[in-house]
Amino acid sequence: MLSISGVHTFYGKIEALRGVDLEVGEGEIVTLIGANGAGKSTLLMTVCGNPRAARGRIVFDGTPITGLPTHEIIRMGLSQAPEGRRIFPHMTVLENLQMGATISDPQYLDDDLERVYGLFPILKERQDQRGGTLSGGEQQMLAIARALMSRPRLLLLDEPSLGLAPILVKQIFAVIKEINEREKVTVFLVEQNAFHALRLAHRGYVMANGRILMTGSGAELLANEEIRAAYLEGGKQKQ
Amino acid sequence: MEYFTQQLINGLTLGAIYGMIAIGYTMVYGIIGMINFAHGEIFMIGAFISIIAFLLLGTLGVTWVPLALLIVLLVAMVLTPIYGWALERVAYRPLRGSPRLAALITAIGMSIFLQNYVQLLQGARVKPLQPVISGGFEFMRTENFSVVLSYLQILIIVLTVILMAVFTLLINRTSMGRAQRACEQDLGMASLVGVNVDRTISFTFVVGATLASFAGLVFLLNYGVIDFYIGFLAGIKAFTAAVLGGIGSLPGAMLGGILIGLIEAFWSAYFTVEYKDVAAYSILVLVLIFRPTGLLGKPDIEKV
Repeated sequence: MLSISGVHTFYGKIEALRGVDLEVGEGEIVTLIGANGAGKSTLLMTVCGNPRAARGRIVFDGTPITGLPTHEIIRMGLSQAPEGRRIFPHMTVLENLQMGATISDPQYLDDDLERVYGLFPILKERQDQRGGTLSGGEQQMLAIARALMSRPRLLLLDEPSLGLAPILVKQIFAVIKEINEREKVTVFLVEQNAFHALRLAHRGYVMANGRILMTGSGAELLANEEIRAAYLEGGKQKQ
Repeated sequence: MEYFTQQLINGLTLGAIYGMIAIGYTMVYGIIGMINFAHGEIFMIGAFISIIAFLLLGTLGVTWVPLALLIVLLVAMVLTPIYGWALERVAYRPLRGSPRLAALITAIGMSIFLQNYVQLLQGARVKPLQPVISGGFEFMRTENFSVVLSYLQILIIVLTVILMAVFTLLINRTSMGRAQRACEQDLGMASLVGVNVDRTISFTFVVGATLASFAGLVFLLNYGVIDFYIGFLAGIKAFTAAVLGGIGSLPGAMLGGILIGLIEAFWSAYFTVEYKDVAAYSILVLVLIFRPTGLLGKPDIEKV
């Protein structure tokens, strides 16, 4: 469904991605783990065309999207809950969700609102509150809900567990699973919380310094000694 | 008291003009973070398009005032935004993402260019227009003074209120307005939900120019003479109004406009007319020193 090959991305002169190859198949949950600054978020943003890939090819559903402007890439059916959540702070929860539905037919708005309120009931209660006044967990839910409003076939999630209490992390991961299984949305999940992410995902990639180091099924990576040492032992203690 | 009331009426009329222009400054600043110093010239072009439309209608024999006014209003509000749109398309869009100073210098350059453009096409002499609407209500009569509320002033205030209501609905209730606000809060995120950012920025310039063209028409009707230079002073006053109200805040722009209008009217009335501009600019200086976010401005939200 999403195929990334040989992608290089620069921030000014700094090479953030140094030739990334990655595949996400239809119906999968694929996770990308790695330390801070590995280039995970850059990869997600490059898929969405901001920043543009300097070299390489990104194909979505058989169509090359490498040179397209962001809003046209989004219109093809992918959607992102980005790093830092980026809720529109002066807009109400409802308006944020309406923004998420920018590219969809207005006639589906009510159905889609019901759908995401079903996944995150708290958002319905907060409907008329400004986005900026929500708690971190609520903002994260809103970010995911907003991304779902456009009925994406591929959902890109950037560290949905960041800064959340363990109970909320569980809840968010349960919802991701539900979205994938019940609504058949393909999920590409970037995480630092490697333990949870690898348990949830069908497949995983490990990234460092702008390159993919390793790939395998979630279970394989979880069992891998190097990965345990680098990303899991410390992380597990924090759980 | 009579004199005070009269100045209040005059100040409000003037404030409506400044407020309408100020909205254009504040919207553009809100969305791309630049001060569009050529915006005053858009207002001036609006006034010129209005006077040309009036004269053409005159030669065509359309003399029934309400019809003529309506036609001129529509012509100005349709043609002027083309200039606003082209200004962004030609001068600002290629510079998107470049340092602020480049955009600022370009804006000043476009301002000078548009002034000269109108001067070359229309000549440097002032253009007079016969009063289109005359008469008014007189009240609070005393022996040597009476307050006049002219029909024109009533029209200006009524039209301003209507236009503000339409504008507020446009920004708060339509999907285009919502996209505009989203871009203002987080341009990158807006594009991530599928908003065409370029189109939204163009929309912002078009809306700003529409309101400025209305201000241009009102200026023409109120003062009866225009020249290619009126955009400079009115533009800087409106910019002051936008800063006073809090740059980036739409109600702030209108409030700032009305306050600057009132300050000018009362200063002229009770102190000296010669120094009315000084009064307005002193406000700018004081606001920048003591309350840089303006009256209704929100402190900058850290954008990631």
